[in-house]
Parts: sequence; C-alpha cells; structure tokens
Amino acid sequence: MIDSRGFDSFDLRFIGLIAIILSVGVLSIYSVTHSQDTSFPFYLKQLVWILLGTVAFLVMYLSDYHKIARLAYPTYAVILIMLAVVLFMGKSSRGAQRWIPIGPFAFQPSEFAKLVLILVLANYYSRAPRVGWLHRVVLPGLIVLPGLLLILKQPDLGSGLSFLAVYAAMLLMVGVRSKALGIILLLSVMLFPFVWEMVWASLHDYQRERVMAFVDPDYDPGGKGYHALQSRIAIGSGELSGKGLYGGTQSQLKFLPEGHTDFVFAVYAEEWGFVGVLVLLALFIALIWVSLEIAARAKDTLGALLAAGVVAMLCFCVVVNIGMTAGMFPIVGIPLPLVSYGGSATIMTMASLGLLLNVKRRRLSLFY
Amino acid sequence: MATAGFNDSELLDLQRRLVILRVGLLLVVGLLALRLWHLQIREGPYYRDLSENNRTRSVVLEPARGLIFDRNGILLANNVPSFALYVTLEDVKDRGALVAQLASLLSLDPELIQKKLSLGKGGKLQPRKIKDRLTLREATLIESHRLDLPGVMIQVESQRNYPAGDVAAHLLGYVGEVSADQLEKPDFADLHQGSIVGQYGVEKWFDRQVRGRAGQKSVEVDALGHEKRAIVSDKPVAGDDLYLTIDAKLQKIAEDLLGEESGAIVALDPTNGDILAMASRPGFDPNVLSKELTNKQWVEIVQNERRPLNNRATQGQYPPGSTFKVVMAAAALESNTVTPSTMVRCNGGYQFGNRLFHDWKQGGHGSVDMNEALIHSCDVYFYTVGQRMGIDTIAEYAKQFGLGQETGVELPSERVGIVPSTAWKQKARNQPWYPGETISAAIGQGYVTVTPLQMASVIGTVANDGVSVKPRLVQAVMNRGTGERAEFPPTVRGKVAVKPATLALIKAALADVVTKGTATRAKSPLVAIAGKTGTAQTAALRTGPEKDIPKKFRDHAWFVAFAPVEAPRIAVAVLAEHMGHGGSAAAPLAKDVIEAYVKAYPEVLHGVPSSGRAKSAATAVGTRPNL
Repeated sequence: MIDSRGFDSFDLRFIGLIAIILSVGVLSIYSVTHSQDTSFPFYLKQLVWILLGTVAFLVMYLSDYHKIARLAYPTYAVILIMLAVVLFMGKSSRGAQRWIPIGPFAFQPSEFAKLVLILVLANYYSRAPRVGWLHRVVLPGLIVLPGLLLILKQPDLGSGLSFLAVYAAMLLMVGVRSKALGIILLLSVMLFPFVWEMVWASLHDYQRERVMAFVDPDYDPGGKGYHALQSRIAIGSGELSGKGLYGGTQSQLKFLPEGHTDFVFAVYAEEWGFVGVLVLLALFIALIWVSLEIAARAKDTLGALLAAGVVAMLCFCVVVNIGMTAGMFPIVGIPLPLVSYGGSATIMTMASLGLLLNVKRRRLSLFY
Repeated sequence: MATAGFNDSELLDLQRRLVILRVGLLLVVGLLALRLWHLQIREGPYYRDLSENNRTRSVVLEPARGLIFDRNGILLANNVPSFALYVTLEDVKDRGALVAQLASLLSLDPELIQKKLSLGKGGKLQPRKIKDRLTLREATLIESHRLDLPGVMIQVESQRNYPAGDVAAHLLGYVGEVSADQLEKPDFADLHQGSIVGQYGVEKWFDRQVRGRAGQKSVEVDALGHEKRAIVSDKPVAGDDLYLTIDAKLQKIAEDLLGEESGAIVALDPTNGDILAMASRPGFDPNVLSKELTNKQWVEIVQNERRPLNNRATQGQYPPGSTFKVVMAAAALESNTVTPSTMVRCNGGYQFGNRLFHDWKQGGHGSVDMNEALIHSCDVYFYTVGQRMGIDTIAEYAKQFGLGQETGVELPSERVGIVPSTAWKQKARNQPWYPGETISAAIGQGYVTVTPLQMASVIGTVANDGVSVKPRLVQAVMNRGTGERAEFPPTVRGKVAVKPATLALIKAALADVVTKGTATRAKSPLVAIAGKTGTAQTAALRTGPEKDIPKKFRDHAWFVAFAPVEAPRIAVAVLAEHMGHGGSAAAPLAKDVIEAYVKAYPEVLHGVPSSGRAKSAATAVGTRPNL
C-alpha cells in the first residue's frame, strides 16, 4: 500500500508550518507543566505523540487515498463499536467517558472518529448518485447520526459539533441548492427548540452550567464560570507583549485549569501577548491557506472532498478552541490542533494533514 | 479517471466553492483577532489587575504594641508570640463548609466565624482575622488540614501580655479587637478588622502612641490559596514604649493592703504629680480581658455586683466625710470667717431650726479653735463656720483645690464628683439651696462627692504649700525605632489662693491628727506623717453599733495623708468601702503605704529635692525636669 514515489510532492512550507505550530505547543505545554513533579513529564509525552503522529502522517501521506477511502466504512464500523465500548467501560474524566485505557495510555475514539467521518463522507459523495436531496442530505445524514449520537452520549459536545461541522462542510462542497438550503435552515429553526431540549436534557450538569456561564459570564465566577473567567483573565492580562515564557501567573499558579490541554491557547496568549497571538493566528491561517490550495488543486472529487473535510475540521477546531478560551463561545472541550497536549488528537490531526498532503501528491502523480 | 459521483465540471464547481471556506475563514479569524485585541489591548490593563489580584494577597503585618514599664523599668506589659488565624474569602470555594470545619477544629461558634467573615472593608481579598491566641495544638491541627482549607492562613503575631497579672490592672487597662463602631471613627481610620487597640486604662489613653503602625506583606498564592512566595513591602512599626510614674512594688503593696475589700488607694508625689501607686479593688486580670471573651463571660464581668472593672480611684464617687474639713479650714480662714484663734463651743450638737445636727462625739469637744477642730475632727466647729461662710464660698475653695473637676490624669472616663453650690443645685435639681444643706456639706456629706484621686490631689496640694500639680501616670514615651525618649514635664495647674500661714496652720494641725488626734493608728516610727480621717455615711438609717449593721450599709472609711511632714514627698488617699471609721480602717493602710515608700526611697526622709519638682507655675510649666 505504501508508495515510495512522490517525496517530490513534499511541501516544505506545509511541513515547516506544522513543525513550528507543534513547537509552539510543546513549549507552551512545557511552560505550564514544568513545575509538576512527574516522572514522565507532559512535554516529553507530547513529543512521543508527535513522533507517533509523524508515523501516522507518513502512513497517510504515502498510502493511496483511494485505498484508504475504501477502508472508510469498515473503519467507521470499528469506530462506532469503540464508541459504544467507551460508554460501557471507558475511563471517566470530569463526568464524561471518552477514553479507552491501553496500558498507561488512554485512547480517545471520538478524536479518530472525526477523521474517519471525513473519509466516510468523502467516499460516499465521490461515489453516490447525487440526485435529489435524499441522496445528498438524508442518506449521508443517516451515516453521521449513529456516530454523532454515541459521541453526544459520552458526552463530548466538542467532538459532536466537529462531526456536524464536517457534515456541513461536505454539504457545502457538494453544493446544496439554495432551495434545499432554505428548507434545511427552516427545518433547523423549527426543530431547534425540540433538538435543543433533547440536547439540553442529554447534557451533564457541568455542561449546562458552562452554557449558563457563557450566557451570563458573571454567573458563579468561583464555580462553573471559573474556567471561562480565568481563561479570559489569562488572555487579557497578557496585554500587548505578554508576560514572557514561564511568566504567566494565571497558568503557573494554577488559576487556569487544564492549561496544557484545552486552554493551552490562554497560556500562550498570557505569555506572548497580542503580538504572539497574531503570530500564531498567522501560522494557522497560513497552514489552512496552503491546505485550501491543495484542496483546490485536487486531482479528483474524492481528493477534493477529503482535503476540504480536513481543512473544514482544522478551521473549526482552531476557531472554536480560540473562541471559547477568549469567551466568544461556550466551553465545549475542543483541543487546539497541534498545540494542545493529547495523544489521540495529535495523532489524528497529523494523520489528517498527512492525508491532505497525500492529495497533493496524487495531483502530481503521473499515474492518475 | 472519472469518479462515480461527479464529473470533471462538477469537480471544478466543488473546488470553486472552496472560496466560501476561504472567505469564511478570513472572516472568522478576523473576528477572533478583533476579540483578542479587545481582550488584550483594550481591556488588557483591567485583566492585568484581575490577574494580579488572582495571585497576590496582601496580608497585614500587625505591629508589636509598645512596652509599658514602671518608674524603675519593671515590665508591666509586653508581647508574646502567638498564632492568629486568617481567612481570605477570595480563596474560599465553599464558605459554609469552611465555617463548619473551622468551628469543629477550633471549637468555635459557627455564628461567630460568620460574623467575623462579614466584618471589615477591603472586599474578598482582605484577610479576616477569625481567631487569635491559637494554642500550639490548634495551630498544628489547622496546618495539618492545610490542603482542605484553601484561603486559611496562620500568622505569627505578638499578643499583649501582662507579666504581673492583675497588678495595676485598672491603670494599664486591657486591649481588644477594634470594634465595628470604632472602625467608623477617624481615630481608627488606619486600622482594620482584627486590629488590636487599647480598650481601657493607659492602653486606651495612649493607644495612638503604643499602637504602632501595621505593615504589609504581599503573598503570592496559587489557585488554591496556598502561599508560594512572600514579599514584605512595608515593615510594621512597633509602638512606643511607655514609662509610667508608678512604682510596681508600691502598687502591689497598696493592692495587697486592700486585699479582698473594695476600695482605692492613691499615692502620689505632691511635688511633681507622679502617681506612685493607684490601687483599686476588686481588680481583674488584664490577660483574661485582652482575650476574646464569650458573651457570657463578658456579661458575668460587667454584671458582677462588686464591679471589678470600675477604677475606684478615678471613677468611684464618694462623700469625702471629714477629710473635706481640710478644704473647709482653708476656706474659713481665707474668707476671714474665722481667725485661728476663733473659738467655737461644741456641746455635741448643732441646732438649726428645729433640727439638731450631732457631733460624732457624744457630749462634744467643748470649746475648740481651728487647730483643735481639725485634730479632733469636731463637727460642730465646721457646722458653725460652714453656716457662716455659706455654700458658695465653700464651693469656691473646693474648686480651687480641684474638686468637682477632672484631675486630668491620663485615664479614660475619669469622674468628677460634685461640688454643690446654689447655682449647681438650681441647674441639677431645679431647686433653691436650703441653708440646712450647707451644714451637711460642711462635713463632706450631703451632696458633696469626690474621687479618691481628687482627695489625694487635695492633700498633695496642701503638702506642696498650695501648688497644685496635675497628677500624672506617664513620665516618658520612648520611640523604639530611634530610641528617643520624650519626657513629659510635670504640669502645674495653679496655686490655691491660700496664705502660707494658713497652709502652715493646717499642716501642723494635720500632723497633730496623727500624733494625738483621730489618726493615731497612722503614727509611724519611720517617718512623720500628717493626715485627716474621714467617715463617709452611706445610708441615712443608722442606729446602734457599727457591727450590727449589714456590711453594705456601713460607712466608708477615708484617710488622706502626706509625709514626711517637713518636706512632703508622698500624698496618700485611702478609701475603704464599708469599712467604718477612717481612723481605724483607713489610717493604718496609709501608714503602711508611706512606710513602704520611705523604705524604698530613703532619700525622701532627708529632704532631697524631688526630681522634676514643680514649685510654682512660673518655673515649672513647660520645662523639662532634670532626671
């Protein structure tokens, strides 16, 4: 399956951007956690994840994405089973069951589910007849649904929203006619209260409280609004040029919880200030821009859809993560791609980017 | 190779739609950047403040109170280290749980903790003092629960301690936490909840000097309120030390002389006003009162029938009885009502209208002049001269001697007693003065009341040849930082308008009171003492012998004295409540105090000039004594 040709497609800008953003992540993780006395520090673990991520990147890069896409349905089935398993035997953290323990590590199927969903939908749209909105909207929707429900059941609101984002991006790409779009919008608006009620009912207390805290930022600042408030303080107090590396009092003194995972951006923003934030945003824009370019020049529909799905997911995660740390969105638990600490997310993101570069490689290949 | 679902044109369509993603991306990232600009640039300073507050807690460093010494450098009040427990609400996640936990660990009333938490200004960042004087066990207990008690802090502070226990308790007073009402006042503006202030005695009077100034420490804390690092930004400044005029040993002797009885003994140096001893019984232990008392304990003390908190020397107002005759003598001679040789016949009673005023001696004293009237305390003589003088003349001289007004001693809540006059009665009772009332007043009964300190001052003024020096308790204040000692010069209040000859006559008569008059029990082989006895009636219903009367209706015994007669260096007033006759009950106490004094300071027997002797207003006011 691995094809050794095509290293000529290796895009140095692309690789360079990924490497720089990963470094920012490791540095920030080191900054938050260096004072913790653990035998295997987080930044070293993250380096291990990056190493595994690099392997995943290369595998995805060097394989034929058509063959990968063909494996999408069985893989999706496996992921669905895993998601179901998680519900029964998963490792619990903060009231949500998202992890399957593997030795000392924990594997988070919902992260990988996002990539698998991209593959499944891209595969579907590149093959399925595209007549009527039954085929365009409903059938793929039915594919999305079981995964979405299992993820929401964990509950993992962030991954669930990512699922919807990928689905929406795919719909956009295959072109939903304005009339269909109107109907979907209308239905959404009409069904929103019911869906919302269902979602609200399925949410855990802490999630509801987070939403409440978002609606009213001063709602229980010492309690449920604590994350949001401390995160805003961290970012805001960074001001123009930041407090310097290791100088972020919010994170160093543990006012900011989960500083190495979901809130790593706040740590970074506190240490590097607005200048640093603009640099990081620029890095992400550049990475996405290059990715979009790749998508735009895809050789075939499958490639284009795959690339678009990966870019959409990347955009979604970056925007939602930064938005939630900056207090624009409720806190939903989405890691910042390539920056947040976490094995599943890092490996999945790097694998997705490998797939993306693969699309570029196919474009250059003489065999297609 | 064609794909199953889309043809090439559709692929182009698809790729064109990526533009929407591009535009959307730029739009959303632009919004993010705008939001971050708002947070970091526009509201940056605000969030910077919040983050500073997040990590720093400012802790007040309590100053050590100034020490208090007696005139010989004996320590009367110092400070001992102790633990105090503070709570910073900002770091408390669950207030109810914390209160419950502290209440059980320290066996405190949860309501009291709640009350302390709600006191004070400075918001949630200002640590509240919940309890001081924690035992070592309590402090250890708290420290071992450190991790479950975010926001709780143990500080080592100094606590007021009175090494001599209850000695001089009324003088020293006690300290306590500043009250909510006090905090409202400008005098306490620089204080905060938990500050210790003097609540009584010189601790209160000199609080500003003794208090010192609090310092500040910035403590960097983590999210759980645990201390990470501390920076002392402002060191506390210890309060000034006080040097009192009292002699702690003499004070103890005076207190022991009163023993279990109620009463007061004041001893002062008439030449400079130094209060050498000021005993008031019953007393209290200021160490106990400086602690936080429960409501019940406090009520018990305040409602104690014997009123131990009352400083009888400055706050007890008693009829002066015959000791008032000293003032009467001066008034009668100076107002030319009588001459020294004017004789008055005493038959044991004085008829006024249809009422007979008895002399204390049945059968009377016969014909007496001023000298004999003082020596034997003849009531009829003073009824007669009092009646001739009239109440307003009596009042005028009483005021000259300082009665009816504050002595100005450095103690809070000094009482002034009553010097009755026609004007006083009109104002206080809205009644005219009845001439019969002058007769009671003439022997220090009726409306006349005085404090023991006032009487010590009166006899001191006589001893000091008419120069009245303000009684004082504090000689000097020493700044602990600079070591600079500021002396307080004695203050001459004035000279009574009494001729030296008159004063000489009175002094001689008072010396005879001890050698052959009513106070022979004050006679001392060590030193020549002069004095005047007094018996102050407390109840109108008095029949039969003293021992048959319930104690609480018995008379108060007075004795005022000075010594040595030739060059007086000590003036004493003794008031023993319900102890009967001054000659038998009070005079021996005065003698013991005087003897103890001359034993301790034998130089006073040889006419050595007093330090800081204030002879007259012209020379002494505002000058510094040579110490």
